[in-house]
Amino acid sequence: MSARTKLSLILLFAPFALWLGVLIIIPHIDMFLVSIREKIGIGQYRIGPANYMAFFTEPLYWNTFMRTALMSIAATLLTFLIGFPVAFYIAKVARGRLKTTLFLMVLLPFWVSELVRTFGWMILLRETGVISHTLQWLGLVHRPVELLYNDGAIMVGLVYTSMLFMVVPLVTTLDSLDDELIEAGYDLGGNGWSVLREIVIPHAMPGIVSGSIVVFMLSLGNYLTPVLMGGKNSLWFTEQIYQQFIVRFNWEQGAAFGFLLLFLSSLIVWLGLKITGQTLRETMG
Amino acid sequence: MAADETLVGSVCGTKETTACDLECRGVTKRFGSFVAVGDVSFTVPRGSFFSILGPSGCGKTTLLRMIAGFLQPDAGDILIKGRSVLDEPPNRRPVNMVFQHLALFPMMDVAGNIAYGLRRRGVPSAEIVRKVEDALERVGLPGYGAKRISQLSGGQKQRVAIARAMVLEPDVLLLDEPLGALDLKLREHMKVELKKLQNRFGTTFVYITHDQGEALVMSDQVAVMNRGRFEQVGPPPALYYRPQTPFVAGFVGDTNRWRGKVLTADATGVKVSTDSGLTLLAVSAAGMSPSAGDEVDVFVRPEAIALSRDEAGLGTLDNRMGGEVVSLLFNGANSRVLVREKNSGGEVDVTLPQAGEMHELKPGAHVHFGWRADQALCFPASGGDEA
Repeated sequence: MSARTKLSLILLFAPFALWLGVLIIIPHIDMFLVSIREKIGIGQYRIGPANYMAFFTEPLYWNTFMRTALMSIAATLLTFLIGFPVAFYIAKVARGRLKTTLFLMVLLPFWVSELVRTFGWMILLRETGVISHTLQWLGLVHRPVELLYNDGAIMVGLVYTSMLFMVVPLVTTLDSLDDELIEAGYDLGGNGWSVLREIVIPHAMPGIVSGSIVVFMLSLGNYLTPVLMGGKNSLWFTEQIYQQFIVRFNWEQGAAFGFLLLFLSSLIVWLGLKITGQTLRETMG
Repeated sequence: MAADETLVGSVCGTKETTACDLECRGVTKRFGSFVAVGDVSFTVPRGSFFSILGPSGCGKTTLLRMIAGFLQPDAGDILIKGRSVLDEPPNRRPVNMVFQHLALFPMMDVAGNIAYGLRRRGVPSAEIVRKVEDALERVGLPGYGAKRISQLSGGQKQRVAIARAMVLEPDVLLLDEPLGALDLKLREHMKVELKKLQNRFGTTFVYITHDQGEALVMSDQVAVMNRGRFEQVGPPPALYYRPQTPFVAGFVGDTNRWRGKVLTADATGVKVSTDSGLTLLAVSAAGMSPSAGDEVDVFVRPEAIALSRDEAGLGTLDNRMGGEVVSLLFNGANSRVLVREKNSGGEVDVTLPQAGEMHELKPGAHVHFGWRADQALCFPASGGDEA
């Protein structure tokens, strides 16, 4: 490699390296150092695992995390179940303008911020909201109904927020599936179900895996949607971290929770890949 | 043409419907106002190799997809072993297809691909293993079961695709230009291979192609298709030597064509004055009876034209003329000479004789050439049916 190309390579990677180093690696190192600090007096600290131990000894933390993880897995599954037919329709059934229009319609809600989108749902679901009023007007219910502040509302919010991140990778992988393969599947005696199971799903697997990882991570790390749509009882793990940092000003505990979230979510993704027999390399390749 | 049709008809007549595997009756398919396939009827005798030959866009793929069940005809009926299959979806029809791009499942290995159809039928797994091995053996790929599709060469993929369809023992195997993606050498090899496989399995093959070489070499019967209709159905030699429409004459094999007006016509032949100023003696194609003044096309095959250094060498050929060699198109046994006729200035394609005096022919040389009247077929002039 000549000096010139070496220089341009360095320049090309410099912003990325800076971003990675300054905004991700250095803060994480610092966070880790904070997380292993134990407060033993005013301004006095020692190194120890107490912050991490608190997570396992205090059932509230552990339960909050489990609940967050399970609900994120459920949200991922639900997003997949809703997103797959949508993606299949866009990639394989729709043609020309319709295809572009549908794809744009999936994309469109993401042109406004998550906050606005969540408020939109709140307007629909709250006690004095659109759905409540409509139900009363139709005479189906006789007093206002509160549809917000429950797990169902959180789930609706999470699935809605994540839909794009499932649909886009699925459309991309399904687009690359040759129609001939589907026809061959039928021609050789397969029915809709077996063609889906043996040909379409295996082909779309990289898209399914990458979509699921993104949706799971986004749900697990989501703060706005669970808090706004689940209210005080949302018991979301990110809320716990926020509490530690901002409300209780216990940065040590918050940092430990942050690291636990990182490791436990990575562990769940790893387990998910193992169980479905996928590898990250195949997914990214 | 009439003779050939009765030949096919007699094999697959109403008395012996079981002797033919596939029959199409007046099959029609329209896309909007465009008629993709118009009133096509034909029968394919059991165990034969039937090709549908036509330029791209002639409707042959549409026809094949209707037989496979991916498209529903607007009119007509499709019968397999004498039974209408119009109500059967593709996965229940006793036909299988080898797709243009083969459509092997990359997510399965070779054995998985071949076993796919058997699994769908609920064949016991021990029998599947036996049948897959047997099928691989028959296509000449024993022991390839565990290979990935991406590890195979073009020709091997071809054979796996055929094995995958043949293992289901279909009544009719449909092949949609499967050789198109192969390089020339392999294509030549696979032509012979396909014909051998068809003999070995004894299955009825319906093969569509735009490559006349493929159709002529492999087929028992060829249907030439143009603009959604069958122009002619017959064995390859009949199509080549006795074309019944100007389209077939122009599309099957290479040919020289002159447009002209009939001067005189009688039972023995037709005298044509071409637009370029030549007077040619020809015979009328079967079933046509041109009369004086009609506009006609005269077709002469390059190999029907005799070439000579001197005029005497042409003897008593009905059409004799002279010209200058424009260029030599060397292609081994298929080499051609392009000769400019000295009176009309038109160029004529002539097959180069491999032996004798023509061996050292050079561009610019003066030659004489000619052909018998019965080797020049004339058809009523067709509009835009360019081959």
